Parts: sequence; structure tokens; C-alpha cells
Amino acid sequence: MKKLGLIVNPIAGMGGRVGLKGTDGADTVAKALELGAEPVSPARAVETLQGLKRVGVEFELITYPAEMGATEASEAGLKARVIGHITSGKTTAGDTKRAAGEMLGQGVDLILIAGGDGTMSDVIEAIGTQVPILGIPTGVKMHSATFANTPQTAGEVATRFLSEGLPLREAEVMDINEEAYRENRLVAKLKGYAQVPYEPVMMQATKEGSTGYELADQKAIARWVIELMERERVYALGPGTTTRAVAEELGIYDSTLLGVDLIENYKLLARDTNEQHIIEAIGKKPTTIIVSPIGKQGFILGRGNQQFSSVIIKRVGKGNVWVLATPHKLRATPTLKVDTDDAELDREFQGYIRVITGYRQTCMVKVV
Amino acid sequence: MSYQQARWVEPLIFELSKPGRVGWTLPEKPRERINVPKELLREKLELPELSEPEVVRHYTRLSQMNYGVDSGFYPLGSCTMKYNPKVCEELAALEAANYIHPHQAEETVQGALELMYMLERCLTEIAGVARVSLQTSAGAHGEFVAMLITRAYHKSKRDDKRNQVIVPDSAHGTNPASAAMAGYDVVTVPSNARGRVDLDALKATVSERTAALMLTNPNTLGLFEDQIIEIAKVVHDAGGLLFYDGANLNGILGRTRPGDMGFDIVHFNLHKTFATPHGGGGPGAGPIGVQKELEKFLPVPLVEYDKKKGRYYFDYDRPHSIGKIKGFYGNFGVLVKAYVYLLLMGGEGLSEVTEAAVLNANYIMRKLLGVDGYELKFNPSDPCKHEVVFSAEPLKRMTGIGAHFVAKRLLDFGMHAPTYYFPPIVPEALMIEPTESESKEELDRFVEALRTIAEEAKSDPDKVCSAPTATAIGRLDEVKASRQPILSWRAYRKSAKG
Repeated sequence: MKKLGLIVNPIAGMGGRVGLKGTDGADTVAKALELGAEPVSPARAVETLQGLKRVGVEFELITYPAEMGATEASEAGLKARVIGHITSGKTTAGDTKRAAGEMLGQGVDLILIAGGDGTMSDVIEAIGTQVPILGIPTGVKMHSATFANTPQTAGEVATRFLSEGLPLREAEVMDINEEAYRENRLVAKLKGYAQVPYEPVMMQATKEGSTGYELADQKAIARWVIELMERERVYALGPGTTTRAVAEELGIYDSTLLGVDLIENYKLLARDTNEQHIIEAIGKKPTTIIVSPIGKQGFILGRGNQQFSSVIIKRVGKGNVWVLATPHKLRATPTLKVDTDDAELDREFQGYIRVITGYRQTCMVKVV
Repeated sequence: MSYQQARWVEPLIFELSKPGRVGWTLPEKPRERINVPKELLREKLELPELSEPEVVRHYTRLSQMNYGVDSGFYPLGSCTMKYNPKVCEELAALEAANYIHPHQAEETVQGALELMYMLERCLTEIAGVARVSLQTSAGAHGEFVAMLITRAYHKSKRDDKRNQVIVPDSAHGTNPASAAMAGYDVVTVPSNARGRVDLDALKATVSERTAALMLTNPNTLGLFEDQIIEIAKVVHDAGGLLFYDGANLNGILGRTRPGDMGFDIVHFNLHKTFATPHGGGGPGAGPIGVQKELEKFLPVPLVEYDKKKGRYYFDYDRPHSIGKIKGFYGNFGVLVKAYVYLLLMGGEGLSEVTEAAVLNANYIMRKLLGVDGYELKFNPSDPCKHEVVFSAEPLKRMTGIGAHFVAKRLLDFGMHAPTYYFPPIVPEALMIEPTESESKEELDRFVEALRTIAEEAKSDPDKVCSAPTATAIGRLDEVKASRQPILSWRAYRKSAKG
């Protein structure tokens, strides 16, 4: 029998209605409560679980005590095996991480997580991509690609995953700095990647997709990028799965997902470099920077790839920055953004930029 | 009105076969001996054996489980599923049209050549171009030939840098495919907030590498590209050509002409706009028209008239031609139907076609705007042309039920679904093209059906999700159907064995 984990972050989403733009940190939770915020996460988790119950797929539900899952499961009329310990009413990020770690130990096939971006970050910090996860959208910020569209569709995706199986794909886990967000500045950070069931219609980040063949599209992009590559030129690959596909197409399988790798003459020159490394390695050699936008936010430079400092970008030249994105990612990312440490350079990127979207296919996208 | 499609449990004709049963009595021995080459001789034919009434009933039942324009409303966006007058079929079936052979001597098919010659004249007038080739056998074939002509044109100018073809993000998928097949890189330009080509983006895109822009006007959102004159100037100033995708010609017939808008190459879908049923994979015709400067590149042969001799002939003496692009001379039957249709309608009639088609689409747009669950993504006070694209996103937000389910449920109302999830720039798209053929009552019925479905999505979602139930068959496994198609008896038996 398949094993399904369930983690509910009971305080996720509380800051939303009271205008706090998030619920990260104990102080915010206190403030939200003071403003009269009510829990939203448990009720939405119950919606998902009720859907699972209705369909009647056989699985063992493993969850954490009280409001972190046990209460919701019993409210939905599902039997659950409860593990771990918490102090009810005072749950923390630490509890989420511990719960994820213990479920990994229990050998669960999938973990359902009711929460927002913060919860997702906590979970992948604990378990990385070792277990597939699926987000029930209950948070305030939900920029990660791990969420189903609604609690109901989370139930449907989970059902399909448990009954007939679904392919997995790596999805971005994003978090934005709440402090800055409250001051109306958007500071997005790519926290890492999670394994999620791949269901193009019901999952959030791919809802705009029509073809949805993400991996095939990435491969097509990679093929063309390699055809365009010249010898005696350094190619600096930024973070992301699309740029990693380029490395893999070259037979380089140990490239970094979150770092910057350098390639020369179709071989790995340096791995996971920082600004200083890059400057030293490229010296006076002609160089091309290859990046992919952060999904939805659209940052191509300055977020998640700060290794490419303004000094390096200027040295390489705007015309030698290649942007790669699959069509469906672009559809979720209508405009691109550049936010380096140099406002003048940012302005230089404004206007339209050519994005490589497939084999011998490009698309003009506005940089704002 | 409630609807129930016929539902026969109908075996395959091979399964109905009984040894020795015959429909027609054939002569014992053929009157003359035909020398069939040995390698073509088969020992067993394995044809099904049935009586004539069995055959007639079998196919009648199958037809009753089918759906077409002749059975009901068919608002399949961008496909122009209009009613095709039966007289066009009748004339195309005449012996003089149907029984001629492409190997016949020109003197014996003068009528057919004259028809092609006259049809070409009509099409040049409709599109505002200098010459038209009738050879191309389908829409995408037309696009591809247009790209080959584009190639020949730039080559003739010794300009070999031009390797990019620009297409808007609202384009039909065949546009980038045709460009890629002709060896071009494809550059997509985004639409602006008005659903038209973003002119600034286009200006940033064109360069000395631009070979052509492929554009559909009205575009796939049913909106007229009202900046077409500026668009044409931007492309021409950069040295590129402008290709007109004729998919939506029904929206402008007799009102404006691609040639007047600045298009250099124009393609038609005779099987959409001019009286051949579209779809089903049957024969089509996608003629290509060009301006004077490109005339010499058209495929061979063109039909010419020799005034002195008073006869029509195929002209192969065209040294700059891109060559032969189809066996023989195009899909002649489709050409006959189009010519009959054009004669029936006349110039004024064609203008009225467009008026009615545009009026019908706008009527649906106005009425559907008040229905909760559907919305327009672009300015609703902007009139549409022959089709309108609604988004079922509000309905999906409210109920989780999106365009796909709405489309399936519509079948239970005895209507074909609109095109859905296209164009991809509109989420949960429902692309509705009523055509000129429909009455006000039919359009009202359609809007009412969409309203009912939106209400059902809230009150009885299971009913919507399990649709269709009134059709011969319900939900198909669409993935399996495209991954493991079994299209013949032989393949069926093989798969059953394997």
C-alpha cells in the first residue's frame, strides 16, 4: 500500500487577510492574532483530504499530531497514523522540518503540505528532493511551483499519483523576503527545487501551458544553444533546470542547479563559481552568460544569480547574455526584470530581449 | 430542446462478413484479360462479404453516430465550419469534372482548364494579388510554399543573411512549423494589451536577418490588426516580405483585401472559405497568391490562355519557378466547388457572407458578455470580426471546471464544441466562430447552453464533469487515441494478436 504523508502548517495564510503579506516569524504570528486573524490552513487541508476520501484510493496516511495533520485527518473522516510530538498552539518552522524528516524516514511516497512558500522552503531544507511533495495552497505567498491550483485539485493530483502514478518533475521553491515585501519591494529568492508530481492542468506553475512537454522543450533549447556555441569562448551557465539541460546535453552531469558553472570548448571549466572566480576564469576571453528567468517573477539577472555582478555583465556585454525559457514558463512570466547592483545597467536592458524558447525558436519579451 | 445522438452497437464491417454473401453479381469471367504484373497479384483479398442492404445499414448507422455541419451548429473557431451548398457538390460530381484524367491531352480538358483559369482570376481579385497558383493541396502546404517563394525571392537578390521568420504569439501552430520546414529560425513577437501585434516589439525584432512576417488578419482572437499598414511598413523597410495566412479570410471578404494591406504573399483555404467542408482530413486546397514581383517564383504549371489559338494550356516554361510542388494539378474537385460557390455568390454575395459572419460573432460576444463564468481578455467594446475568444477562467476559479469540461458538456446540447485552449495566449480559451450560416435562434440556443453549463458547474459539477452522455460515445482516452491509433482492420488484427 502506498504511504501518504501530511503536514499542515496551521498558521500559514493567517497574515493574508489582515494585510501582513505573510506569516513568517513568531512576531508576525502574534501580530496577526492580535489583528484578529483566523487559521485558514486547516480548513483548506480538510477540503483536500475529503476529496481523497471520496475517491476511495487505498493508502496509509501518516501525519503529525493535533493541528499539524491529525485533527484535519479526523475531521475529513480519514484514519491516520500519527507520529512525532509538538506543542499544540505553538508550532514552529522547526516542527515542519522535523515532520518532513521523520516522514522521509517512514518511507512515504508523497507528502501533502498545507502551507505557503515559507513552509515549502522549510520542507526542502529538511528533505531536498528525496521525497516528492505536493502543496495545498493555503499560504499568503505562493510563488513556488509546488502548489496545486486549489485544495480540491491537490486532492485530485494526489489521488492520481497514488492510484495510477504520475511522472515527477523538479519545481522551483521560491520565497520572497517578507520584510522587504511589506515595504513594497519584491525580493525573490530561489530557495531550491522540490520533486513534484507532474500534472500540467492542475498544477499552478504549468496551468498556462498547452503543450507542457517541459523536459522535451528544455532539451530542444539545449540542442540549439549547443549548436550556437563557439570554440574558445566561455559560457557561464546560471542556475535553473533549463540551463542545466544545456550542461546535460553536453554530457556534463555534475553541473550545479543553484550555482554558476563555466563551460569552454564543450567541457566544464569550473563548477559553482562566485563573482571573483568568474572574473579570474574569463580574463579577457570572449564570454557569453546564459540565464533563465525565475518563474513568474521574471528576473533574469540580479536574483538567484548574483554571481553575475554588474562588473561581469558589463564586461561580457548585453548582446552576449542569452536568455532561455520554455514556452510554458514564458507564458507564466509575461515580462522580464533585471535588478543588478547598477541601475544604469538595468536601464540598458529595458526594452525587448530575444529569449530562446526551442530549437531554432526565439520569442521577443519585454524587460521592464 | 433535448438531444440524444444515435447509439448503435455496430461491429466493424469485417466482423459482419459472412462467407459467400454478396451484394452484386459480378460476371463470371472478365470480358477482357488484364495483364496485372505478377508482383501486384494477391492470392487473397480478404474483403468483407455482405449483402447490399447490410452495407447500406452499416454506413447509415455510422453516419448517425457522426456529427457535422449538416447535423447541427459547429462553432469550431478558426475552422470556418460553414454550411456548404449541396449544388457545389452536385456540380463537382458531374462526369465532366469527376471523370477526367490528369493524363488526358490538354485539348480534351479545355473546360477544366478554363475553370481553373477563371477561378484564378476570381481569387486574384478577392485577395488583391497579381497571380495565384492553385496547386497547393492544403492550408499548411500553402504556407510552406509561401516560405519557399520567400526563400527564392531573397536568393534572387543574393541576400543569404535572412534566416528568420517572425510570427505573432497568436499565430496558428502551422505558421512556425511551415517556416521551420523551409529552414528558417522562428521568432515570436508578443501581442499587446489590445490583442494585436505589439508594434514596438516588432520594430525591435526586424533586422537584416528578417525574411518574412507571417500574419493572420483578422487574427486568431478574431480581432482585426488595425495597425497593418504600419506593420507592413516596418517589415518592408527591413527588407522582409509579408505573408497573409488566409485562415480567417471569411472575416474580410469583399470588405478589404490582403493585397491592399501590403501583403506580398497570400494563401487561401478554399476548403474553409469557399464551399468545401473543412476537417476530416479530406482533400483541401490552399492556393497561393503573390504580387507582381514574386510572380516568376510561383510553382509550375500555371494555366495560361493562348489568344491566337483560342485554347488554354499548362505553362511549364517558367525558369525562376520554385518548381513542382504537387503531383498533377491540385485537388481539382475542391477547385470546382470553390468556383461554383463564387459564381453563386458573386461579389456582393461574398460581402454579405462576411457581414453575416461578423454580425453573428458580435451577437454571440454581446450576449455572452453578460453570462457569469466567461470573460473577454481584451477590450469588450472592441468589435470582433468573424470569431470571438472567450475565457472560461472565471468559471474555473469559481468551480474548478474549465474550458475542457464546458466543451465536452456542450456536446450534450447537440452542438459541436468551440475550439478550446487556443490561442494559447488566452487561458481557458473558448474560440467561437459561428459563421454566416446560422440563424439568430441557433445563436441564442448556443449562448443559453453556455449559460446553463456555467450554472450546472456550480449546482451540479458532476453532471458537467461526466459529460458527454447524450452522444454515441462518451469520454475518449485522448492520449491513447493519439499514441496508439488503430486506423485499419489490418492494424486492428495485428494489435489484437500482439
